[in-house]
Amino acid sequence: MDTLPDPPAGLPGREPRDGKLASNIVHFARTLRTAGLKVGPGQILRAIEAVEAAGLRNRDDFYWTLHSVFVNRRDQREIFDQAFHVYWRNPRLLEKMMDMLLPQIGVPAEQDKGKQLSRRLQEALQPGQGEAPEQSEEPPEVEVEATFTVSDREVLQTRDFEQMSQSEIDEALRAISRLRLPVPERRTRRYQPARRGPRIDFRASLRRAMRPEGLTELARREPRRRPPPLVILCDISGSMARYTRMFLHFMHAITNDRDRVYCFTFGTRLSNVTRALRNRDVDIALQKASAQVEDWSGGTRIGQALHEFNNKWSRRVLGQGAVVLLITDGLDREGASGLDEEMERLHKSCSRMIWLNPLLRYGGYEPKSQGNKAMLPHVDDFRPVHNLESLSGLIAALGARTVGADKRLSGWQTELRKE
Amino acid sequence: MPSPIPASIDATVELLKGGDYIADRSLATVLYLALKLGRPLFCEGEAGVGKTEIAKVLAETLKRPLIRLQCYEGLDVASAVYEWNYARQMIEIRLAEAQGVHNRGELAADIFDEKFLIRRPLLEALQPHVEGAPILLIDELDRTDEPFEAYLLEVLSDFQVTIPELGTVKAAERPIVIVTSNRTREIHDALKRRCFYHWVDYPDLKRELEILKVKAPGASERLSRQVVGFVQELRKLDLFKAPGVAESIDWSTALSELDVLDLDPRTINDTLGVLLKYQDDIQRLQGSEAAEILRKVKSDIAAQPLG
Repeated sequence: MDTLPDPPAGLPGREPRDGKLASNIVHFARTLRTAGLKVGPGQILRAIEAVEAAGLRNRDDFYWTLHSVFVNRRDQREIFDQAFHVYWRNPRLLEKMMDMLLPQIGVPAEQDKGKQLSRRLQEALQPGQGEAPEQSEEPPEVEVEATFTVSDREVLQTRDFEQMSQSEIDEALRAISRLRLPVPERRTRRYQPARRGPRIDFRASLRRAMRPEGLTELARREPRRRPPPLVILCDISGSMARYTRMFLHFMHAITNDRDRVYCFTFGTRLSNVTRALRNRDVDIALQKASAQVEDWSGGTRIGQALHEFNNKWSRRVLGQGAVVLLITDGLDREGASGLDEEMERLHKSCSRMIWLNPLLRYGGYEPKSQGNKAMLPHVDDFRPVHNLESLSGLIAALGARTVGADKRLSGWQTELRKE
Repeated sequence: MPSPIPASIDATVELLKGGDYIADRSLATVLYLALKLGRPLFCEGEAGVGKTEIAKVLAETLKRPLIRLQCYEGLDVASAVYEWNYARQMIEIRLAEAQGVHNRGELAADIFDEKFLIRRPLLEALQPHVEGAPILLIDELDRTDEPFEAYLLEVLSDFQVTIPELGTVKAAERPIVIVTSNRTREIHDALKRRCFYHWVDYPDLKRELEILKVKAPGASERLSRQVVGFVQELRKLDLFKAPGVAESIDWSTALSELDVLDLDPRTINDTLGVLLKYQDDIQRLQGSEAAEILRKVKSDIAAQPLG
């Protein structure tokens, strides 16, 4: 167990009541916040309280004490860990930076055996990079390496959504506000009062019995209905590039229209963009999402992406009768390896699987590609998305309740099963 | 008499050890804070890493009653907090009518009396207990729906429950609350913020060996070492469900029941169902892959003997 480094002024030193400690924790919390953790004043107070309770005997305890307050999701651990080690190793580094708003050193050069700091944290540690560095004694030496490797199939580029014109957005928003996705509600195991419900509500009946006229009619209740969770898996690979922007708007609209919507994008890798899209403002939401996703317009590995989804996410988002909406053209660069099994698993773990395929708008569509062949047997609903060239076309197609499953679906499915 | 809560992090480690629970420092720290500051502990982690066990061990070592609320979809106030005993209320009304009581206000006060109240776990946990404040285990919170989670906010932050007919019941002494979740969905931040959060991870090799020594004492040291090595290797693979600590305990108990002293590929194949619970995973491992891992584990052990 390492001991705390010899503290310069303000390190969590001997006395917990030291005002410096509190201010250090506040600064640390601000670093975390800049790095994207949700840290509010309440948590800071609690952190100080917790540190006082736990005492400051060694670095490990201090670490876990702060951890227990500031971290509340597993995926935050990495960021916290890096922030902790950078910050409490040399608190001056950060203080200076924060005071001067100066990118001085990117990251302590010795930072842990080639372990890359996450980009979020790098950015948090270099606040105000854009500001004019007037007092800088040495030129900011910021070494931002690309933290991803470029494979031959991956074209990693950050998509610029700013090119979307205002009138386009307005039109999209107007159209989208009328959009309701027809997903039937499911029965839950909760009850609500209903005149002719199948069950007697004893509690309400007894209350009713207290009225002057006495119990004249039993109160009844019925199962409550609510829309099931909706999981949208959207292909953003090169072959889908023309539609991607519209689908993102679409996902944003759905996410804000109802609760329990989870959005994922995939090309060569799977990204969960749910939190980004939850932002009310469509601009901010799309900006956040586009910053998060790194494989725009690259290749597609549907099998791989679904495998990742099945392993990492399916158990977390597919509960309570979820409906899956899969948006892809089914053109897989990997020759559909493993796709059949993953589709089968996905189909079996959700209550309903709907495939939206833009290729279906061509009259002569046949499930010829390997990807299509592998996927088709495992869908409940196969919807054509007509005329996706324009956003209005998309909305019309998705919003219209009359657009049902393609009549040819069952025919294709029987044929494919025979093979 | 309940034992007092531990006075330091080290004491917390010892306390858990006394209940045969080998905790790592991080868990002990969080638990100590939760006990000391009287705030709930929120444990998340894969199935079978010992989340529920924490509460049980705590109840045992602190000598306090354990009140368990198992969550499920559709869990409502009537089965989690309280319910009126309708049958008895009806009888009461009939009796009152037979006696000619016509004052309805009086009757209402009568039938919504505490003696007709059925206490469910949450309300029970707020009642005073002779053995001291109980341990309240809210197990697998992710199985309920969001409305119930929202209801819990009041209970977990103020330790009180409101019954419209009776008023507010507030705990005289706060129960020790442990909440667990398997992450079948995300729990809302509002609830997590009121708790100390801990992600219960798989133990490392050394700690898992210690755990086996305590929990499966029948297995020889040599076998335990192999079991742990094998399980640790499995966790590195991309399996649908990696085996937890519970599985390694089960497995080494099973193996020692079968009088196995030394792992071999055949035994592994035959008993793989104890470790892995998904057919795909079992299929993938059966045969050469298991043998390959075993070879690696054995050479690791040879290279680094116990000590």
